[in-house]
Amino acid sequence: MTEQIILYPLLLQLFLSIVLMFSWNNIGLQRIISISGSAINIALSIWVFILVWNNGTMILEAGNWEAPFGIVFVADTLSAVLVLLTAISGFAVSMFSAASIIPARLKFGYFPIFHFLILGLNGAFLTGDIFNLYVWFEIIIISSFVLITLGGEKAQLEGAVKYFTLNILASMIFLTAVAVIYGLTGSLNMADLSIKMAALENRGLVEITGILFLVAFGIKAAIFPLYFWLPASYHTPPSAVSAIFGGLLTKLGVYALLRTFTLIFTDNVFLQDVLLVLAILTLVSGGLGALIQNNLRKVFSYLIICHIGYMILGLGLFTEIAIAGTIFYLIHDIIVKTNLFMASGLIYRITGTNNMKLLGGLYANYPKISLLIAIPLFTLVGIPPLSGFWPKISLITASVNEASWWSIGAIIFASLITMIIIAKVWAQVFWKDKQEIPKKLNFRYFDELTGLRKTQMVFPIVFLSLISLYIGFGAEHIQQVSSRVASELMNNQQYIDAVLKTGQDVTPL
Amino acid sequence: MEIVLAIMIGVLYAAGIYMILRRSMVKLIIGIILLGNGANLLIFILGRITKGSPPLIPGDLSTFTEAYADPVPQALILTAIVIGFGLQSFAIVLIKRAYKVVGTDDLDEMNAIDQDS
Repeated sequence: MTEQIILYPLLLQLFLSIVLMFSWNNIGLQRIISISGSAINIALSIWVFILVWNNGTMILEAGNWEAPFGIVFVADTLSAVLVLLTAISGFAVSMFSAASIIPARLKFGYFPIFHFLILGLNGAFLTGDIFNLYVWFEIIIISSFVLITLGGEKAQLEGAVKYFTLNILASMIFLTAVAVIYGLTGSLNMADLSIKMAALENRGLVEITGILFLVAFGIKAAIFPLYFWLPASYHTPPSAVSAIFGGLLTKLGVYALLRTFTLIFTDNVFLQDVLLVLAILTLVSGGLGALIQNNLRKVFSYLIICHIGYMILGLGLFTEIAIAGTIFYLIHDIIVKTNLFMASGLIYRITGTNNMKLLGGLYANYPKISLLIAIPLFTLVGIPPLSGFWPKISLITASVNEASWWSIGAIIFASLITMIIIAKVWAQVFWKDKQEIPKKLNFRYFDELTGLRKTQMVFPIVFLSLISLYIGFGAEHIQQVSSRVASELMNNQQYIDAVLKTGQDVTPL
Repeated sequence: MEIVLAIMIGVLYAAGIYMILRRSMVKLIIGIILLGNGANLLIFILGRITKGSPPLIPGDLSTFTEAYADPVPQALILTAIVIGFGLQSFAIVLIKRAYKVVGTDDLDEMNAIDQDS
């Protein structure tokens, strides 16, 4: 019996956060436990991924209660990929936090909460029950509230009020949607819901429930009319926190949308059209928003929104090629966005500001670090053969097949505007002459750090850049993974059979 | 009974959203609490209200013969209440702290982060 292995990454995070709480005052020990624990987590996630890749979807029934009645954990390829990506980003951010988060914040339990956040993410990716998904969402948002307010600076609290309100509102809408869906079908298991929702006669109610889920997950994923909380809050906490938020939290919304719209609300032309229109507007408005910002982290915040549009676009087109593009983009985006926010943290640590007007001359003074940061920046633009380029091929192919010309326009527009923004960032931050920045008191600049701390700040960026390069140059492998995920999502019968143990193709484990 | 509950849920949602749209932070929290209670009651009513028939199968039978109260919504509400309580406590501490640091209760005046920094 190997099913319980899919819970190991999750249990490890729970174990880590409890152990870390016992060493509350010993920051040095916390750093070591967190970094080594995150490294073990990568190994466990790779193990889970290999098992799922070889054996197909794996199911764990909590307390041996069979599927529609008990809570199940389902690791299909999508979940396994996301758990692996969470582990990789988690490791990088954990090491980056060890150096970049000031000890005053670490003393108030930064690391335990950080691991609770990763725990919640793993749980949300693995669960097969819609109410359980709600509970994991709550674990994630309550951990993220603590992380965003930890330190209690004025800007942080102002950002936190906005972040808090919109996220709690999204949770309430999600809960309402769960209530409606339970009232309609009497079930909470996602595989069971898939069958029961398809059999419902009142399609109007199904569409309304779909819209409720779309709004709830849309707020989390920051799609077009619902994104205003994101640029108002993501630049306020320390960069390590922004990195994990920007890399993973919005992608959680995308994952939830992918899961519900390929499993529960399938073959609904109205909902797909809504998604497509929202995706195009997200691409355009996010890109235009990023164009006028001067704070580096605000620029990246708007770019998160812009690039969420690509993923939603693939979901809206709803063909196998398009979904494969979405998955590829998701894989690329998690790594590169985490990396970019860490890079902005490194720039802040070097210069003491993230304001692009004040920055400058980084290339002259730190050429190696500049070239390192160039990798995620140009990966984001998607200059071939870097990783941002490949998913766009799938997305444009799918748009041509569907004769969706507006989508092609939006994809090209967003790519172009991303390129302009990155060129602007490069010119302003790296190539412009060095500006006079007033020295900050009580601030440890990068040059004053010890060698170990410097390594801890630069190594995660190198690590994620290498993975980005692998995604770009080894695109064949990633494309294989994405195609397999897409075919699993489009032919959801296999997922349903695996969870409900119907049909013949259940692989004995 | 259902109609009374349905009207009440509608009023709770409407009042909650109205309060969230106000500018004061305290009213924001009250709105969130009302909305949470509305959502909990919605789960309750959508689980169908059946009075006086607990979901127990009599000893001499093997299946249910008549309508029974569904226990799942109650378990869901219990979970949602606990989560809601946690979030609301955090929210109250957060606005107290934000009020102390920013020095205003008006959400429109919380715009320092929108300027360049």
